[in-house]
Amino acid sequence: MNELVWIFISSLLINNFVLAYFLGLCPFLGVSGRLETSLRLGLATVFVMLITAFCAWLLNTYVLIYAPYLRLISFIVVIASTVQFIEMVIKRLSPTLFRALGIFLPLITTNCAILGLAIFSTNKGYGLIEGMIYALGAGLGFTLALVLMAGLREESELAPVPRLIRGTAMNLIIAGILSMAFMGFAGLFSAA
Amino acid sequence: MPKVQPDAYQEFIKGLWRDNPVFVQVLGMCPMLAVTNSAVNALAMGGATFFVLVASSFLVSSLKQWIPKQVRISTYIIIIATFVTVTDFALAALVPAIHKELGAFIPLIVANCMILGRQEAFAAKNSVRLAVVDALGMASGFLFALFALGSVREILGEGKFFGIDLFGPNFEPWVIMVLPPGGFLTLGLLLLFFNWVGERKKRLAERLADVDAGADAGMTPQ
Repeated sequence: MNELVWIFISSLLINNFVLAYFLGLCPFLGVSGRLETSLRLGLATVFVMLITAFCAWLLNTYVLIYAPYLRLISFIVVIASTVQFIEMVIKRLSPTLFRALGIFLPLITTNCAILGLAIFSTNKGYGLIEGMIYALGAGLGFTLALVLMAGLREESELAPVPRLIRGTAMNLIIAGILSMAFMGFAGLFSAA
Repeated sequence: MPKVQPDAYQEFIKGLWRDNPVFVQVLGMCPMLAVTNSAVNALAMGGATFFVLVASSFLVSSLKQWIPKQVRISTYIIIIATFVTVTDFALAALVPAIHKELGAFIPLIVANCMILGRQEAFAAKNSVRLAVVDALGMASGFLFALFALGSVREILGEGKFFGIDLFGPNFEPWVIMVLPPGGFLTLGLLLLFFNWVGERKKRLAERLADVDAGADAGMTPQ
């Protein structure tokens, strides 16, 4: 039990996917303009991550032990079809939610955080429960980073920043400072 | 509209500098920041991406008649994933030490949006020769950017370059530069530098145009 909590905290804060592993930077920089949209995208990502973790576990246990060299190809195909499938299901069951998510749903396919999650949890040899907890922590960590960034960016729009710095350069520097702040969580290791 | 045959040399230079995938288009950043904590790692990552991009561009542009429009993205991804698997296994066999250090980031080349972007935007529409040249240019630009970032971070963060001590024993390394925040900060500052160069160039061109226009206006009445 204790170990599961540890996996969750570690993937949520200490090894945050965005700020420590640099995964999922494209949506992190591209979609973090508005607080509300980034929250929605984050939650959709959590959802896809959970399903991917489950499928990756299935593949690893039943298929890939016979053909390890197919790992990468099968993961990417699974992710792409999962996203497609979820899109169809949501469209059918809840058109409101579908409209709210909009373009962000298909964009999740190209989010390297999802593929990274599948690969990392395979490399670490996680079982089903650990893998799901890891996915939950990583997804929520991604959401947390995205929401924090969106908040900072909304505030910085009002600040008198020179025009040259505005845009990606400034966002990267903000991300650097945010990442520095998250490094403080590494202290949790020695405390435990 | 007459089809203009783009110059191969122009295509190459475009990727290397004017449309540099990292500094100008800000693409493919996930693998870029994670592994650039030393110049050697950056070169290995750049080399792997180089091979994958050139090989996939070649294959995509030679197969473009047979790839159905509806499933083209999935086809590109599977082609890219195949080459990434090849690279992954080749690196593990040839340079196990570097492969271990890069770890999970080699498979993640698949999710590099720069590679998929080139297939969709260029290789699928152009001849094999041009597609390969374009891929060579973009890949060199990417390699150059990775190398620049890796060098800066290694020199400042460890006081070394390719493992050779630069500053002697009194240098206090900026540890932060080889840690994740250093990646964000260095890339941010490099982008700022590129913005500044671009801005200066634009202003210079405007001023030159003004001078020309002024000279023309002054000349025409005579």
